[in-house]
Amino acid sequence: MTLRRSMLFLPGSNAAMLSTAFVFEADSFMFDLEDAVSLREKDTARLLVYHALKMPAYAKREKVVRINPLSTPFGRLDLEAVVRAGVDVVRLPKTDTAEDVADLETEVERIERACGREVGSTRLMAAIESASGVVNALAIAKASPRIMGIALAGFDYVMDMQTQRGDGTELFYARCAVLHAARAARVDAFDVVFGDVNDEAGFLKEVDLIKRLGFTGKSLINPRQIELLHNAFAPAQEEVDYARRVVAAAAQAEEKGLGVVSLNGKMVDAPVIAMAERVLQRAAASGVRQ
Amino acid sequence: MNDIADRLAGASTPALAGLEPYAGFAAKTPYLASREEKRSRKLCASLEEAVRKAGLADGMTISFHHAFREGDKTINDVVAALATMGFKNLTLASSSLLSCNAPLIEHIKSGVISRIYTSGMRGKLAEALSHGLMDEPVNIHSHGGRVALIQSGELKIDVAFLGVSTADDFGNANGVSGRSRCGSLGYAMVDAQFAAKVVLLAEEIVPFPNAPASIRHDQVDFVVKVDQIGDPSKISIGAARITSNPRELLIAKFAADVVEHCGFFEQGFSLQTGSGASATAVTRFIENRMRKRGITASFALGGITGSIVDLHKKGLIETIIDTQSFDADAAESLRTSPRHLEVSTNQYASPRGKAAYVDQVDIVVLSALEVDLDFNVNVITGSDGVMRGASGGHSDVAAGANLAIVVAPLIRSRIPTVVRRVNTVVTPGECIGVLVTDHGVAVNPARPEVAERLKAAGLPVLSIEELHERAVSITGEPRPIEYLDKVVGIVRYRDGTVIDVVRQVKG
Repeated sequence: MTLRRSMLFLPGSNAAMLSTAFVFEADSFMFDLEDAVSLREKDTARLLVYHALKMPAYAKREKVVRINPLSTPFGRLDLEAVVRAGVDVVRLPKTDTAEDVADLETEVERIERACGREVGSTRLMAAIESASGVVNALAIAKASPRIMGIALAGFDYVMDMQTQRGDGTELFYARCAVLHAARAARVDAFDVVFGDVNDEAGFLKEVDLIKRLGFTGKSLINPRQIELLHNAFAPAQEEVDYARRVVAAAAQAEEKGLGVVSLNGKMVDAPVIAMAERVLQRAAASGVRQ
Repeated sequence: MNDIADRLAGASTPALAGLEPYAGFAAKTPYLASREEKRSRKLCASLEEAVRKAGLADGMTISFHHAFREGDKTINDVVAALATMGFKNLTLASSSLLSCNAPLIEHIKSGVISRIYTSGMRGKLAEALSHGLMDEPVNIHSHGGRVALIQSGELKIDVAFLGVSTADDFGNANGVSGRSRCGSLGYAMVDAQFAAKVVLLAEEIVPFPNAPASIRHDQVDFVVKVDQIGDPSKISIGAARITSNPRELLIAKFAADVVEHCGFFEQGFSLQTGSGASATAVTRFIENRMRKRGITASFALGGITGSIVDLHKKGLIETIIDTQSFDADAAESLRTSPRHLEVSTNQYASPRGKAAYVDQVDIVVLSALEVDLDFNVNVITGSDGVMRGASGGHSDVAAGANLAIVVAPLIRSRIPTVVRRVNTVVTPGECIGVLVTDHGVAVNPARPEVAERLKAAGLPVLSIEELHERAVSITGEPRPIEYLDKVVGIVRYRDGTVIDVVRQVKG
């Protein structure tokens, strides 16, 4: 089971961080060439990220790069560098329509052919940061078979909505819309970053909410948030114990040739068994909540 | 009066020859003749008066404690006063020196200070000393090693100037009452015990008898009231800081894993965590592990931080043994908890003492500036060869403990921490069991049983050579530092032997 709970942002221009961030146990590393990099650092960052992507220490990690939009002078240069360096996923910022994805895909395919990389091996991820993007979320999520997930980016979105970050009410529709689009398209869904790294309680509250909504994971801005997030996403011991009993009961029923599974006098049907199997897979991959 | 003097003079009994006849109850203690004077005889109106009465002369040795760390005011103020009084050629034996002691540079240049014994140095003073400010090299000692140098007779303290937050008029003093509380007076207790003359600089003179008497009136010669001895809010600046750095926290977590699985983590174990961000943070991570295993520690030793105090309050550490309090929480706990004990650095770590607490420690977590392939540790010189650290209790507790764990990031900015050969050996590798970095853990080959336990627990155990290769693969091989021939520092091992020297850096 591949987990994508945590996607850790790393500013592309910070050499010290890029060269050693692999020591942190994030599920995915997202090298940022866009907003975390000042205009005068764009070339430096591109070069640094190019080399970081090729570091053996990152070989077994999922590497995502947030490129600059293709409408800027940097977007295509970013794409040339990262596709050639073997990036796993290109994250497109400010995705408003399915055409944005199509345009990106055309460029990616051209570069793949030019450098001899297997066509289709570069996955894409679309960040939705506007009202248009939210409204078009399903089309975006289905725009290309390369799409592995879509992410909501809160800061630009609330600006576009003429509101501001608050208790989460302002993001409620967007979260649900992006999540439904992702699930309908069978791709992953990633929640916004939580900016105040010192507010652990606030972070955990938000994590609890997005986990219950059904998000795959969340973008993170500080490695300190990784363990908190992973722990919150890990199944509790009781869930694991119950799942074990369900799976055991199902196995026993199958052995006896019984069509109906019952546990403690309650009927256990196929979705419950499927859910129990998922809990056990997740526990195996992530451990049990501490 | 009887005629004892006459009888003594004319006595033919050999046993009486040369003995002094009684001459009145106050003949030898004239202050007892005056009710006023017997109370006030130690009080001096000024530091200058105390200095004169103590008989300080050119060429003598003066001493200080550094419990206020970056907040200390006593060292600079006293040396400035001695400079004004015209003293020259003094040996300065402070238990340590920090960035705040930069004003000493001037007094070294003018010849007031000509020799230094210290555990460490930082900032501009350290830069200047590294670049050859003094003719005589600085003697760098550990905390226990300082006491051993005193006990061996090499370091003879003529006058100790000891800042205390409260003292009574007889000199009973502590650091847990009054305004500027540094907590434990562990260093000062040694000077009070061994110095020829002891001058207390007290922020407040409190009614007799002051208790607890960390420094006792039978050790004190003079007491001077001063406005401020130090700023306790600056004690935790520098080495003794609490971190929010994710990399330091990651190292601390790995170190806690090592503590948990090293084989010494059992009911009644004892521990010390050194200064330095990751070492201090380890304490926070072991709480859950202790609860999970259902064990408590018998004692925690050392420089004490609020995080140790927290575990003490929660009943997880039975006794705290405190030779230096690293923050206000530690100082307050020392004042209030009956199982928070104040000990001198002699009791703490002297290898020449009759027993040292460090010898009873199971696990110690220590920091490092550099570690080499033989596990030797440098805590004095930076990657540029400039002195900027302190020996502290590093080599003392590494020698005494059952397992010494060193924590350090594999790379600091762009400089490897794990190197072929450390610039300066402070603690010999034979005393180090485990190195914990953010990239993995290396176990000294001399401790195969520890390596097995850590591997069995699933920890990322690598060889130290592999860690070194990893570091160099990221940073490249650093150019060697260029040194001149002049020796600027002599690193004394805790037993007084010389374990290394520091040469002046070129440029």
